[in-house]
Amino acid sequence: MNTTLGQFNLTAVSFFLLFVVASLGITYWAAKKTKSTAEFYTAGGQINGFQNGLALAGDFMSAASFLGIAGLVALNGFDGLIYSIGFLVGWPIVMFLIAEPLRNLGTYTFADVVAYRMRQTPVRIASAIGTLAVVSFYLIAQMVGAGNLIKLLFGMDYELAVVIVGCVMLAYVIFGGMMATTWVQIIKAFLLLGGAILLAILVLSQFDFNPFKLFAAASEKYGPEVLAPGKQVANPLDAISLGMSLMFGTAGLPHILMRFYTVPDAQAARKSVMYATWFIGFFYLLTFILGFGAMTLLGQDSIKAIDKGGNMAAPMLAEHLGGNVLLGFIAAVSFATILAVVAGLTLSGAAALSHDLWVNVVRGGSANESEQLKVARGATGFLGVLAIILGIVFKGQNVAYMVGLAFAIAASGNFPALLMSILWRKFTTNGAVASMITGTFSSLLLIYLSPTIQIDLLKNTEAIFPLKNPGLVTIPLSFLVGIGVSLWKSDRQAYEKFSEVEQLIHLGNAQFVATLPPDELDGELP
Amino acid sequence: MNDRDKVFTQLAEERWQVSLKLTLAMMFIYFGFILLVAFNKSLMGSLIVPGLSWGIFLGSLVIIAAWVLIYIYVSWTNNYYDPQIKKYINSSK
Repeated sequence: MNTTLGQFNLTAVSFFLLFVVASLGITYWAAKKTKSTAEFYTAGGQINGFQNGLALAGDFMSAASFLGIAGLVALNGFDGLIYSIGFLVGWPIVMFLIAEPLRNLGTYTFADVVAYRMRQTPVRIASAIGTLAVVSFYLIAQMVGAGNLIKLLFGMDYELAVVIVGCVMLAYVIFGGMMATTWVQIIKAFLLLGGAILLAILVLSQFDFNPFKLFAAASEKYGPEVLAPGKQVANPLDAISLGMSLMFGTAGLPHILMRFYTVPDAQAARKSVMYATWFIGFFYLLTFILGFGAMTLLGQDSIKAIDKGGNMAAPMLAEHLGGNVLLGFIAAVSFATILAVVAGLTLSGAAALSHDLWVNVVRGGSANESEQLKVARGATGFLGVLAIILGIVFKGQNVAYMVGLAFAIAASGNFPALLMSILWRKFTTNGAVASMITGTFSSLLLIYLSPTIQIDLLKNTEAIFPLKNPGLVTIPLSFLVGIGVSLWKSDRQAYEKFSEVEQLIHLGNAQFVATLPPDELDGELP
Repeated sequence: MNDRDKVFTQLAEERWQVSLKLTLAMMFIYFGFILLVAFNKSLMGSLIVPGLSWGIFLGSLVIIAAWVLIYIYVSWTNNYYDPQIKKYINSSK
């Protein structure tokens, strides 16, 4: 079939410029409201539950899930569904275990929660390492994705595309902080959901609005295998390991966790996860229709001809069903998606650098507002430049694999320590540090020893570690190390302060402040 | 420990009981699905009605199960936990 993908597309570029101009307008508005550190990191806690739900969903519906999963379904059928389900089931875990305690215990980063009753310096350093490892790999994935995508969609140079994404994103974050980042994310989530719904309706209109007819048409064209598990899940242990990383990784992603501080209270945090899960689940059900639609209406060969990984299935489907205008719209929305996700990642990395490392480690917890803001903006600039460099250096890397890496590190490095600090009275400073360091570095090591690196990348004949994803080993290991080290030597301060943590988790900040004498509050609360 | 502390401890315990049970339910459902995918491919590939395989049906059911579990949690917290916490806080005044 004929496609204009890869050529200069005036409609797509106009839609994209419209989005950039509108979002810079939002940034200008947000910049005037961003004067304090709390406003910079968390929009002053003034985002409501519904808005935060959309923003969370926006963070999660990255270009990788929209384009990647639609493409995966178009080329592999059922196997694509395994990924989308894995990404979704992380959300109930966030809801039941993490969201409300996090909101009630911390201020800007998840390290606030882990470090609450521990010695600040070691815990802050360990969690900053975990955060920066996750953020870096996630950033690589998004930047490489952005470069390739823009090359395909607009016919622009890879390097130029990476630089543009980096610079526009920096403008949002440095000037507009969390306020701009959140509103850009909300608008994008609306556009992306709207685009996906429109595409799904157009696909289903050709099958009497009956999805089963669509699936039947797909299996008629490519055989009944497309509706059954295939070669993507050849090894059961691999499937379980990937499943564990996806399920617990969401609860350890710094840019997701940070969003819970943008709402006023625990009830709003709860509401936001509910909306987010609803939107994300709905979106993944839609991508399934888009994937099978692309498979049936376009054919696998023409999708593979444009991009071997199938990433262009959704934009091609848009062109097939709605011509140049719909292609332009979907292309611009995909670009906007990457911009917004990169902005959120950069902000959470900047918070780890400035709030955890500079303010709490270097300055011992006391730095004035203007210094904090300056350091936060400086850290943002640094990470933005780093993102551009990483994007260019890692050109050609497999995007899905980098995201898998980020999830594995988040699930093993961040999640176990976070959960135990909330739930377990006997958890100690040493235990927390050991758990975070072990989780982060064991996942990095096992990924390096895995077949993906050893066989696919380094062309060795065999890999020392048999699994593609390390979660099955590293998540339990991180828990065991944290438990073992904590039981080995107790931590009196952490033990005694746990009652305070419990009070805060269940009663929230406002109530706690009211019941304590004022002198105990110094340095503890914002 | 006075009566008021006991009320709080019990409430906290109840909240984590509910959370952990729902977490285990989600894990059970999801890993059950993954194990079926990994070990019983022929079942997952067989059709219920033309166009709908067991795999697609159960997969969608996992997504719906996530929604239902979240609904259970939210309605428990809204109807029981939040009012009890409010009552506890007011009892100090």
